[in-house]
Amino acid sequence: MVLITGIIYTARDAAHKRMLENYEKGIALPFDLKDQSIYFAGPSPAKPGEVIGSAGPTTSSRMDSYSPKTIELGVTVMIGKGARDKGVIEAMKNYGAVYIGAVGGAGALISECIKKCEIVDYSDLGSEAVYKLEVENFPGIVIIDSRGNNLYETEPLKYKTYDI
Amino acid sequence: MRDIDVGIIKDKIKEMCIEANCILNDDIYCSIQKARDIEKSEIGKDILNQIIKNADLAKQKLKPICQDTGMAVVFIEAGQDVHFINGNINDAINEGVREGYKEGYLRKSVVNDPILRVNTFDNTPAVIHYYITAGDKVKITVAPKGFGSENMSKIYMLKPSEGIEGIKKSVLKTIEAAGSNPCPPMVVGVGIGGNFELSAILAKKALLRDIRIKSDKEHIRQLEEELFEKANRLGIGPQGLGGNSTVLGINIETFATHIAGLPVAVNISCHVTRHRECII
Repeated sequence: MVLITGIIYTARDAAHKRMLENYEKGIALPFDLKDQSIYFAGPSPAKPGEVIGSAGPTTSSRMDSYSPKTIELGVTVMIGKGARDKGVIEAMKNYGAVYIGAVGGAGALISECIKKCEIVDYSDLGSEAVYKLEVENFPGIVIIDSRGNNLYETEPLKYKTYDI
Repeated sequence: MRDIDVGIIKDKIKEMCIEANCILNDDIYCSIQKARDIEKSEIGKDILNQIIKNADLAKQKLKPICQDTGMAVVFIEAGQDVHFINGNINDAINEGVREGYKEGYLRKSVVNDPILRVNTFDNTPAVIHYYITAGDKVKITVAPKGFGSENMSKIYMLKPSEGIEGIKKSVLKTIEAAGSNPCPPMVVGVGIGGNFELSAILAKKALLRDIRIKSDKEHIRQLEEELFEKANRLGIGPQGLGGNSTVLGINIETFATHIAGLPVAVNISCHVTRHRECII
């Protein structure tokens, strides 16, 4: 279990796709990926007086085709939910990155840890835009570490009592 | 004939979109508490406690339980003696969704075209199913559905010879393959019979039934119970991090089918399975 405090950036499929296409074309990215944390999330809109709406993680596997490249470009922490593929885990081992799980479907609770939220770029993507979040004691679980240890593979086996 | 102003339908849809997304239904809430009490994994227990706390907070602040407030699925069962007046029913439903998602600060998650993918910024269009029934009433069901779980759903066109064992295998394999992705503990809707598209609609309808109410067909009730017990022995657990709470409920709906076929659709849903209904 970890508690994250500091700056993290949101990006989902559409933002990843655009960032990497822009990178190929030499267009500047919304933020420097070096040593940064990406939160796979698309928050709901903030009500008046709120910092942000509900802001839980989205399914990370949709970013599997993009993450090896973002990791190569310097991303060291990914926060999301659900399994990652071999390509991502290999990149995590090669470049040194970790994958942290946040509780999917607990968006209202997670939003309490977000103290500031500003849109950085890609506002035309709506909820898929890139946001810069300042978080305090954001709860997560390190699911896959930089050595490739993977709780999604080891933990369920301890409770499995039925084979299909 | 009974005249019904489509403006009333619009207002009801708006209210139900907001309520469904912010207030977890009792059946799901109670089943999460029950799962927490019997969960063997400490991490799993902690996750279920966070999920309960999240639902309480969402209700108190009227904030979405999950940021994925879904694509709005609307079922309209209109009595044949009803006459909709003052506008087009389809437009009224979409207007209700539009207003609900705006006024409820719900996320706009719909793109205009599956390939071009430009956000419509009002969460329309909704997926609408119409049925004509007897009488002069209209039953409206609103079921916003997130795609983390929707993406894990499957349809199988089994051979009749595969029978009930084939059905069990298909459902359990779908749950196992979904694993950590659909935010377990899941709710699973299964549609058996009909044809290709009806099996999927039956699976969706199965998700609309209170998970505490079992099928009224004895053989289907037994199948629901057996699949529930076996799914919870797969080990997936809360958020896929291991445990004995993998599913909160499995509901099955059936329909007649063709001599050559056995369609089985499995609609995976998450611990934020949402639906509201009303009768006008």
